Amino acid sequence: MSWDDGWWAYLFIAIAGWLATDIWRWLGVVAGNRLKEDSEALNWVRAVATALVAAVVAKLILYPTGVLEQSPLWLRLGAVIIGTIAFFVGRQKPAVGIATAIAVLATGLLWLGF
Amino acid sequence: MEESRDEGTGRAWFLAGMRGIVSLPAMILMLSFVGFCAFTAQAGAPLEQVIFMIGAVWALPAKVILVSSIMSGANLLTAFIAVTLSSIRLMPMVAALVPEIRTTRTPTWLLLVLSHFVAITAWVFAMERVQAVPRQHRVTFFAGFGITLVLANMALVALVYRFVAEFPPVVAGCLFFLTPVYFLASIWSSARHPVIYVALAIGLVAGPLFYWLAPEFDILLAGAGGGTLAWALERTWRKRREVRA
Repeated sequence: MSWDDGWWAYLFIAIAGWLATDIWRWLGVVAGNRLKEDSEALNWVRAVATALVAAVVAKLILYPTGVLEQSPLWLRLGAVIIGTIAFFVGRQKPAVGIATAIAVLATGLLWLGF
Repeated sequence: MEESRDEGTGRAWFLAGMRGIVSLPAMILMLSFVGFCAFTAQAGAPLEQVIFMIGAVWALPAKVILVSSIMSGANLLTAFIAVTLSSIRLMPMVAALVPEIRTTRTPTWLLLVLSHFVAITAWVFAMERVQAVPRQHRVTFFAGFGITLVLANMALVALVYRFVAEFPPVVAGCLFFLTPVYFLASIWSSARHPVIYVALAIGLVAGPLFYWLAPEFDILLAGAGGGTLAWALERTWRKRREVRA
């Protein structure tokens, strides 16, 4: 589909977006009443879910869209690595890691003349 | 229903949830949404559809995948599969939250409706803070926070959409980068189970690996394969520790 398809675009978003996400939330409510918190099955689901999101994160860093598409890979990786070091040095506070990674990226982009 | 004085009224707890909008996790999420807004503007998505998407989908990774699918010309089924596979994680998140907030009298329909407001930020926020809320007001507290967070981000995107295209490249680049960096930091710092750390590390490697091996199914394979490997590894270590102990 394309963005100018009118009502079809909304139906597309409702099915491929709304329904595709809410069925898991609804199943979560059902499971929340039944699934045991310390069960091995829930542990496996947790692992698969986390790995899925981690894969999305890695793709966003390695193959970004927009402005960052033209930025060098070493800068993006460097920003994440330095941000990670700051995160652990700063007692695992998300704000510390995020601010450091963004500051490194911004400095690098400015230095490269973006 | 009778309310005891020291535990406050439902309205007070709803407002307390709403005030969560000025917390650090909410601020970071709003900046991420400005970044997402820039991403959709660059992708050519009209504002009305972006607003609709925020209210309808809510989870940020699912929206990024939905927009990417639409950009790559995916058909409805392909887009549905890609989005739904990335959203499986919502199920254990909701399943873990429900026992924390419900009482024996909480109707299931209310939990089904409120589950829509679960995404990483609202979940992390709720799991952290509901402990300090009296049990009979936890659902109200979560509703106050979750609904406010969605509406605030819809309004924010409506306000900034016109300006994001004119952002200096450095600002647009940093806002885009905020999303992956924020997910990394928030998943690590909110993890309550050892398997999360293993799965996060393996998923980061498995994503690009499967993108290289089988680009059409990379996220699915990285999630199912990498996640199962992470689970098996963590389980083996856990059993070994138990044997030794």
